[in-house]
Amino acid sequence: MTTMKRSGLKSLVVLFLAAAIGLLASTPAHAMHISEGILPFGWCVFWFAVATPFVALALRRLKRDSGKDLAFKPLVGLMAAAVFIISCVPVPVPTAGTCSHPCGTAMSAILLGPLVSVLVATVALLIQALFLAHGGLSTLGANIASMGIVGSFSGFIVFRLLRGAGANLSVSGFFAGLIADWATYLTTSVTLALALKGTDAFLPLATKIAIAFIPTQLPLGILEGAMTAGMVVLLHKKRPDLLVKMRVIKATQGVSP
Amino acid sequence: MKTSGRSTLCLCAGCALLLVLLLIPAFMPLNASESGAKWQGVDESVVEKVAHEHGREIHTPLINTDQGDLLLFVFLMAGVVGGFTAGYYWKSLTEQKEVQTRTGGE
Repeated sequence: MTTMKRSGLKSLVVLFLAAAIGLLASTPAHAMHISEGILPFGWCVFWFAVATPFVALALRRLKRDSGKDLAFKPLVGLMAAAVFIISCVPVPVPTAGTCSHPCGTAMSAILLGPLVSVLVATVALLIQALFLAHGGLSTLGANIASMGIVGSFSGFIVFRLLRGAGANLSVSGFFAGLIADWATYLTTSVTLALALKGTDAFLPLATKIAIAFIPTQLPLGILEGAMTAGMVVLLHKKRPDLLVKMRVIKATQGVSP
Repeated sequence: MKTSGRSTLCLCAGCALLLVLLLIPAFMPLNASESGAKWQGVDESVVEKVAHEHGREIHTPLINTDQGDLLLFVFLMAGVVGGFTAGYYWKSLTEQKEVQTRTGGE
């Protein structure tokens, strides 16, 4: 019992320190979040209309699944905290001289399913918009669409496809994180280009924004991939039964990754 | 016990790597971003720049915490709350497993 408590306490302290170091190591910076006022009113309404059905379905799914399994709520709590912290951490990228942040949505989508992951991202983005001057309330719909919906679904689909093709957990997790990160920023480029193009052509502007993201997001995507793979493998070691319940792995794969 | 120790070691190694990733760039000569300011977020160097070029400017947030050291305080609080929440649920998940293993239940 004492060993168990000590081990739990150690994990708690390590996670707390990691979060505190991450958030304090550099000046708060914003990244994929589209700030208040950047999108015209019509586009804000459009992105809210896109995001709302996903959030509604996610709430229904959360209610349904949390009644089925006692471990689901703690896992949602863990992922919500992780996505919130990860999407706040400004990571300096020396090759670009800028800061940006990973998203964490691939990790939550793999472990909770893409719909609940949308909800987790929504909560994180709402808190950031309200209290951290990070993103905005009018642009919340657009930020949910890029980080929540596209990030979660792209990460989840890549993970499932790679697992289906026989890749192991760490490789699948890595590419899920990588693609989810890049897809999120690609969506931000599209969102901005659609809203700001005016009478200009859409594609050149979208390409220009996407290219501008590359020096920062290329290495960050790799970091996000490593983080996603690390979390999935760690949970597989600690709670393989949980991954079976969440249909991340099959019962027959419960012992070896 | 052995597995638990190894996992803690892995977590510590991960945190150390994260710390190194965060600190190394501070001592490296950098290719500064086009705008010249060091370590700007890509929202400033990309999103706001493009928005400005197309006639859109950012508005003050509803609750403006981006004033002086207030933002650092809010970020610290976010780290404390987020870190403890993640730690609490991680502990709760791993303890559930240990209880299941000891009782032989599902």
